[in-house]
Amino acid sequence: MAFFEMVKTALRTVLQKPVTILYPAQAAKKTPLSRGHVTIDESRCISCGTCQRKCPAQAIVISKEAKTWQIDRLRCVVCNSCVDTCPVKCLFMDTQYSSPVTARSVEIVVITYVKPAKPEKKDEPT
Amino acid sequence: MSKQIIVPFGPQHPILPEPIHLDLVLEDERVVDVIPSIGYIHRGFEKLVEKREFTEYTYIAERTCGICSFIHGATYCQGIEQIMNIEVPERAEYLRVIWSEFSRLHSHLLWLGCFADSFGFENLFMGAWKTRERVLDFMEETTGGRVIQGASKIGGVRRDISSGKLDQMVKDLDSLDHEMKELTTVFLHDDSIRHRLRNVGIISREDAYHLGAVGPTARGSGVAIDLRKSGYGAYDRLNVPVVTDSCGDCYSRCAVRAKELFTSTDLIRQAVTKIPDGPVDVKVTGAPDGEYFMRAEQPRGELVHYLKGNGTKFLVRSRIRTPTLTNIPPLIKMLQGCELADVPVIVLSIDPCISCTER
Repeated sequence: MAFFEMVKTALRTVLQKPVTILYPAQAAKKTPLSRGHVTIDESRCISCGTCQRKCPAQAIVISKEAKTWQIDRLRCVVCNSCVDTCPVKCLFMDTQYSSPVTARSVEIVVITYVKPAKPEKKDEPT
Repeated sequence: MSKQIIVPFGPQHPILPEPIHLDLVLEDERVVDVIPSIGYIHRGFEKLVEKREFTEYTYIAERTCGICSFIHGATYCQGIEQIMNIEVPERAEYLRVIWSEFSRLHSHLLWLGCFADSFGFENLFMGAWKTRERVLDFMEETTGGRVIQGASKIGGVRRDISSGKLDQMVKDLDSLDHEMKELTTVFLHDDSIRHRLRNVGIISREDAYHLGAVGPTARGSGVAIDLRKSGYGAYDRLNVPVVTDSCGDCYSRCAVRAKELFTSTDLIRQAVTKIPDGPVDVKVTGAPDGEYFMRAEQPRGELVHYLKGNGTKFLVRSRIRTPTLTNIPPLIKMLQGCELADVPVIVLSIDPCISCTER
């Protein structure tokens, strides 16, 4: 007969500090690998559209004409696919989650990358 | 014969983690028949396979379930690799085993907590989830995600675990084992729990087999089926013990899962001892052309991914058969003849995962 098997564990936990944290007042514990939200270095983005094509949730929209990079944070599933496939490595994964919102909105980032001018062709010797 | 009445159970019910509806046909307090209906959270994942490239679909396949997510992703990848004849590096196969077993630990601990909650043992519920948190922390440290790991990809895995981290992990497993031992002692030896679960929701070995029970539901009735024994991935190089129990009641199913926690930690230890050095992925070129049935053992039982490609980047068909779907007919059998007050415990005892089932 074994009753009150839990008592020992329960009494010990009464004397211990709580294992929970007061999120969001206290930041959630994160590791260097944690996937929180995607950020972009707008000065390096070449508007190639790879992230848009590789996004399984279709959360990213790139406009070459308007030079904007849009992300719907509520659609994004934080899979890291865009960060992995970006050819110029201008996308990064932040370890903290994106902040809570009260309405759906799209985050628009203006791309400031300027294509460097091609060096002038030297006249070939005839 | 007394008058029959129908009592609806679910889709919203305090003990149900996910929505399933059961119409319980009662005679007084006794359940004589059950009519199940599913379809509250269908998301059309199988159709989505036609709209996303097969490489990106890995992330979607993984999101079929919020508990055994890694195994869904890995099974999908293994299926595609079989169609395309891709030889996965051995290290990647071992890493998949390690993460799969951590997934199993996380799922079983979650279930033990929910199960304790279903028979009103709140303190034990908190205790199980506290232990589960350590497993989730390990997942996050190695893959970047707590529940959706996203670590598997076609041709291998996306991340490697350093040998220092693997050694540290094995050391941590000892204290995790100790913590789980304390927890499972309560489930297996406390008389109040045994009294609540013994002889509740009995299903015989024959019924479990003929109605297609899989996973711990079948093993709790003495049917020794475990897909890991079939040796997919790196399981053929590991010694996989199959835990069974003969009684077929709720206590047996609980005991099977409680004991499986330790077989999972043992498998992780074996995998860490045998893991070779080397690359973790290979480059994938081309597109799948052909079809394949990939089977794998989930925490709840046998999972089947059927995949068919036609040589383009978009698959033409995906079919996912999850263990909960096959465990519903045995559940009906268990419920027939039970008391109304036992219904929540019996429903929870098959570890229902409805999101998986409806995809």
